Amino acid sequence: MSPLQLCLLLSSLLFCVGLVAAMARSNAILVLLGVELMLNAANINFIAFWRYGPNPEAGTGVLFVLFSIAVAAAEAAVGLALVIAVYRHQKTIRLASINRLKG
Amino acid sequence: MTLALILLSVLILGSAIVALSLRNLIHSALLLVACWAGIAAFYLWAGAEFVAFAQGLVYVGAISMVVLFAVLLTRQGTASEPLGFASWQRFILALVAGGGVAGILVGAVLGTPLTVTTPGPVPVLTVKQIGAQLMGPHVVALLVVGILLTVSLLGAVVLAAEENVKSPEDEV
Repeated sequence: MSPLQLCLLLSSLLFCVGLVAAMARSNAILVLLGVELMLNAANINFIAFWRYGPNPEAGTGVLFVLFSIAVAAAEAAVGLALVIAVYRHQKTIRLASINRLKG
Repeated sequence: MTLALILLSVLILGSAIVALSLRNLIHSALLLVACWAGIAAFYLWAGAEFVAFAQGLVYVGAISMVVLFAVLLTRQGTASEPLGFASWQRFILALVAGGGVAGILVGAVLGTPLTVTTPGPVPVLTVKQIGAQLMGPHVVALLVVGILLTVSLLGAVVLAAEENVKSPEDEV
């Protein structure tokens, strides 16, 4: 098994861990962390294909990952601010009990 | 080389699985820091040093702090109430769905004849080259990311700020 396949397997399994967490957990913060893990898995794929791709001198994968990390930071900030705002109105962050549109 | 990759994979996947299955949110956040540090080590292994340091600064440094603050601000008195039947049912369904996706992905990865089987030398991409790329062909994307970060930080402040806060001067 080549290292590229190992990297791809790592990112696939990490993606699925994040997916199960995002679907199964009832805590809003843990759901957000699952989404973050899925984003990280995608970044691992970019780096793996950059490293073992035909033209690594171009550096496209590295630049894509840098932009992706920046967008992930913005997403985490807004997502956790939303969690705090929801908590202030509903006094809970269990997703199953947040079932009112009007706070 | 491959052994290091396998060890890193075990570290990353193990800490991620344990972190997302714990009931204590603080422990989950701290274990996810280990997972993100492992991913940064993977970037170092792959030869992308700049990305590794960006990962360390952004995830291990910043996002973990934001997550810990959110956990502390939304702390509830009784953290561990027993799991009901609905959540067990949802957990099993999520496990089935995630396992299905994992099976499809692993099958696709193992079944695809990847042409690159002999890895070449680690490609060298200096910070100077990355900077030239960022300020040259990708300068528009860089500016858009700057605007995005500014707008999202302002939006986060607006969302999380208290409404109807009276400053002490108003009451006089």
